[in-house]
Amino acid sequence: MVFKNKKLSAACIRDFPILKKRVHGKRFVFLDSAASTQKPQAVIDAMSACYKNYYANVHRGIYQFSERASEAYEEVREKVRSFINAGSTREIIFTRNATESINLVAYSWGKANIRKGDEILITEMEHHANLVPWQELAKEHGAKVRYVPITGRGRLDLDAFESMISVKTKIVAFAHVSNVLGTINPAAKLVQIARKKSPAIVLVDGAQSVPHLPVDVQAIGADFYVFSAHKMLGPSGVGVLHGREEILSEMRPFMTGGDMISKVTFEGAQWNDLPWKFEAGTPDIAGVIGFGAALDYLSAFGMKTVQAYEEKLTARALPALLAIPGVEVYGPKETRDRSSAIAFSVGDAHPHDIASIFDEEGIAIRAGDHCAQPLHEKLGVPATARASFYLYNTPADIEALIRGVYKVKKIFRV
Amino acid sequence: MTESILYREIIMDHYKNPRNKGIMRHPDGSAERDNPLCGDRIVIAYKLDGKKKKLLSVKFEGTGCSLTRAGASMLTEFVKGKTIKELAVYTDGDFIADMGVPITPARKKCALLALEALRTAVGIEKPLIRKTSRYPK
Ligand SMILES: Cc1ncc(COP(=O)(O)O)c(C=O)c1O
Repeated sequence: MVFKNKKLSAACIRDFPILKKRVHGKRFVFLDSAASTQKPQAVIDAMSACYKNYYANVHRGIYQFSERASEAYEEVREKVRSFINAGSTREIIFTRNATESINLVAYSWGKANIRKGDEILITEMEHHANLVPWQELAKEHGAKVRYVPITGRGRLDLDAFESMISVKTKIVAFAHVSNVLGTINPAAKLVQIARKKSPAIVLVDGAQSVPHLPVDVQAIGADFYVFSAHKMLGPSGVGVLHGREEILSEMRPFMTGGDMISKVTFEGAQWNDLPWKFEAGTPDIAGVIGFGAALDYLSAFGMKTVQAYEEKLTARALPALLAIPGVEVYGPKETRDRSSAIAFSVGDAHPHDIASIFDEEGIAIRAGDHCAQPLHEKLGVPATARASFYLYNTPADIEALIRGVYKVKKIFRV
Repeated sequence: MTESILYREIIMDHYKNPRNKGIMRHPDGSAERDNPLCGDRIVIAYKLDGKKKKLLSVKFEGTGCSLTRAGASMLTEFVKGKTIKELAVYTDGDFIADMGVPITPARKKCALLALEALRTAVGIEKPLIRKTSRYPK
């Protein structure tokens, strides 16, 4: 098979200092980008330049560096807006991570609007981040969480989705891309169905989609869309909540304090304008600036190119894994509407043992429940091994993955 | 490299041929411990001697990765004949040293699952790490 996009990966590896490291004397092969990605030099440089050249608190000081830091920080908001094609920067809120973004909605919108007897519709394939906040909200208000089932082929059961939505449904929340199965859900279509059949607000968990494919939040049309910078070459500590302005304007702040107010007296406070109303306290200034460099880096390739490249990697890895006797792949077995996270097992070898054997070969994969215990319950296994790719992975990394599987087979006599 | 293969063989031997695995009839005590993150689960049961001071025999049941199962298998051998008092000061570090294979921090939990179950079964706390104080009392 010809690997046309060789340029992409070759250019990439050079840009990621950590990928030149050796582990146990072997070439470091990183196959755990679904958990968190590695960072290019450009991101590291942008953060250190901020600290070295112009760091100061944002939105506060009337002096040059504070103004410069504020400008750099706000420029990233515009970069995020353009990256996901949001209508306005007023709709882009910086949080700590996708988890905090979801909690913000659950606490602020949820507490004010969820009543006894209401239903919250999520899916069986959710990450705990898009599951536990809804369970807690439901418990507190006497509402009910319902779970749209997945089919035997690892896809969302669309008929069930449609039939489970009703006028009782107040919140619909689902992952755009599953971090375990790799399934890409038809987000725009799901939003459409939800709009037609219920008054629900819709939240899309984009933690695994924004890093890997072009996302247009206006085309998807949800009320909220969340993701994390650290899964898309940015630093840890920065997340995004995109919310439709009309809804955000009506919502109460999630946290209160400095920065999020316009006026405070001994009697009370007035909330600041969007988006700052939801950004209480000093944010992760250098982190956001580093995230801006990550967005620039991805934009230079274009998300279409990134997606096409990853599809090629998946198209090579998936059949190779499926062809090995004793290997089971969880999730769709075809590359269509599938991202590059591949959960698998090797005979009865425990995922911990698989990951340890891979580690000896310098290969990082994930083992466990990947923060999706209910999904694993459904799959009938307590844990799986997971390999996931990003734009810096190469066909050689996939060969390493396959060699690792054979080593596991040999040791466990699978 | 050859060393790590040797360690692997020790673990795999206990994994494939576990010692003292099975259900104990009429134990003096038993307890279950699990690690929900990876589905590992170990049940430990023990019998004491006539004076109720010494561990006469220890058996385990359960599922898990090679280290969890090898840890349980080895533990049943190491603690046989120990008094409850001795067990009360048998630290995690002592056990890992007795296992004699290098264990990465990420996998300590697996290796120690059976020991934790045994402590629960016997009703003793995890002993504190013995530290020699640098300061006079
Ligand atoms: C689908 C999905 N949702 C949410 C999250 C949570 O992301 P974070 O830990 O950055 O909040 C993750 C990350 O593991 C994820 O894969």
